[in-house]
Amino acid sequence: MSTIVLMTVTGLGLAALYFLVASGLSLVFGLADVLNFAHGLFLSVGAYATWWAAGNLPGAGSDGWGFVLAVAFGVLAGTVVAALVELVMIRPLYSRTIEQVLVTVGLSLAGVAALQAGFGADPRPFPRPSWTQQVVTIAEARVPLDRLLLIVAALVVLGLLLAFLRWTRYGLIIRAGVENREMVTALGIDVRKAFTLVFAIGGAAAALAGALSGVYFGSVSPTSGASLLIFAFIVVVIGGMGSVSGSAIAAVAVGLLQQFVNYYGTSGAGDICVVALLAVVLLWRPAGLAGKAATA
Amino acid sequence: MTAERAGAPGPDGTVTAEERAVGTGTANPGGAPAAAERTAGPPADAASASLLQVADLSVRIAGLHILQGVSFDVASSGVTVLLGRNGVGKSTTLRAILGLTPRNGTATGSVRLGGEEILGRPTHALVKAGLGFVPEDRCVFAGLTVAENLRLAERTDAPDYDLVFSLFPELSKRAKQRAGSLSGGQQQMLSLGRVLLNSNRLLLIDEPTKGLAPKVVTEVAEALERAAQAVPVLLVEQNLAVVRRLAGDAVVIAAGQVAWTGPGEQLLADPALTKSLLAVNAAGGH
Ligand SMILES: Nc1ncnc2c1ncn2[C@@H]1O[C@H](COP(=O)(O)OP(=O)(O)O)[C@@H](O)[C@H]1O
Ligand SMILES: [Mg+2]
Repeated sequence: MSTIVLMTVTGLGLAALYFLVASGLSLVFGLADVLNFAHGLFLSVGAYATWWAAGNLPGAGSDGWGFVLAVAFGVLAGTVVAALVELVMIRPLYSRTIEQVLVTVGLSLAGVAALQAGFGADPRPFPRPSWTQQVVTIAEARVPLDRLLLIVAALVVLGLLLAFLRWTRYGLIIRAGVENREMVTALGIDVRKAFTLVFAIGGAAAALAGALSGVYFGSVSPTSGASLLIFAFIVVVIGGMGSVSGSAIAAVAVGLLQQFVNYYGTSGAGDICVVALLAVVLLWRPAGLAGKAATA
Repeated sequence: MTAERAGAPGPDGTVTAEERAVGTGTANPGGAPAAAERTAGPPADAASASLLQVADLSVRIAGLHILQGVSFDVASSGVTVLLGRNGVGKSTTLRAILGLTPRNGTATGSVRLGGEEILGRPTHALVKAGLGFVPEDRCVFAGLTVAENLRLAERTDAPDYDLVFSLFPELSKRAKQRAGSLSGGQQQMLSLGRVLLNSNRLLLIDEPTKGLAPKVVTEVAEALERAAQAVPVLLVEQNLAVVRRLAGDAVVIAAGQVAWTGPGEQLLADPALTKSLLAVNAAGGH
């Protein structure tokens, strides 16, 4: 029993990271048709900027409000980098899919190289607040607090995103644009402004995932973004392009499946099962769980 | 909704490609009297200035030369009807005016709105400048509610909900309903309502009665008639009863060019001419 609880919470923690990366990826693809392979870079920028801020930014640190400030700095860095990537590199290439893929793949490789050049190829110990390493007892299981932190953070982001999509003008434009971008322009709306916004939001969520994955794994390395990105892509496809709640459901399914199969089966079997799940969903519902129409 | 869609004349691509081939075959015999008509009568209304001038508009999409130098004027009041067989390029014309030619296509020539060249300007800017567009097949946002569809379309600080709800009371009753669950007629009303919320210089409306039940056709035609009292309309319409009711001028496209222009009444009063230019069903030959 206690093992199942611990596995569940750990799986949900993993799901939280997948969701934070996938939600932005999904909105960017759903609205702008951009398959953004550089999305993992935003995660790494968030992780390294948080790590750097904790050691160097006045007022920031590895505990209490200092850590909150460090994470805020990391999220800000990820947001700015994502918006710049859209404005400078993606915008000139809309509707040129192949070039776009090449640019984002190139950017992610260059980003990894730049991080290696700047901070070394080896993992760096991540400053994590000491309370995240404590445990609470839930149904006789001793659950580390860092997992609960990931879950709470993802739930807050999910709530904020859904509220944004539901209640704001830009949220309305994004939901409509995911359905039929051309018709949005035919109502007199410059939909490209929403592209930049969606990149920035996705960058912020991915950067937060970067900071939180640092807390969870205890270190950051230049390639950690790329490995999370693969599963985030799977989550996006399963959940349906452009659907935030679809991403949330798919992230939970993938996180739990991976965790349980890896524990009870041989290590690595969980990853294979995730790919199998992807295949099953695509055969059963080619547009993903949510389809392309429902964004919220 | 699906039922009404199924009633519509199938996916545009295949059907229209065939129709087009048929069209070019019969257009030449029909073309002679049309040309005569054009030169015989004086220009429809030289006195009242036209609002929109389309001159030598050519559109190529994916290697097909769909419009081959289309020229016509849209009067600054009333309804100008754009007619022609299925697949002749009516929608292509409206979309080219609005800058919606697909990326694998090009539109050349000239389109002037109030004397100003607008061909090539971005769609959103043209719509903001007062070109309201109601596309073929309505294109409402299925996942959004009726109220959200309307809110998205607001372009002014004072959107005219009174007008829209008086034309289509159904929309205010169904404000919270998802647009995807509306009937075809209700979707058409929503699509028209989105545009009529704002003040426009010209409305471009593409087959608003396509696939609708007769009773709904009447309702939509009434609404169009009322709207047209306030703003000029360029209307694509296949239903000749609706054309008869609304049309001021008529422009007929055949084989990629304008085959006839003149008062709508005159066109409809001549069954032989109407048949040679528009007989969509007769040409089917079942
Ligand atoms: N995006 C496109 N790609 C290829 N062919 C197209 C495209 N849009 C329209 N066409 C072709 O252009 C012709 C005119 O189409 P359209 O303007 O929709 O006709 P209408 O509205 O008069 O029925 C048709 O033969 C159609 O197949
Ligand atoms: Mg058409």
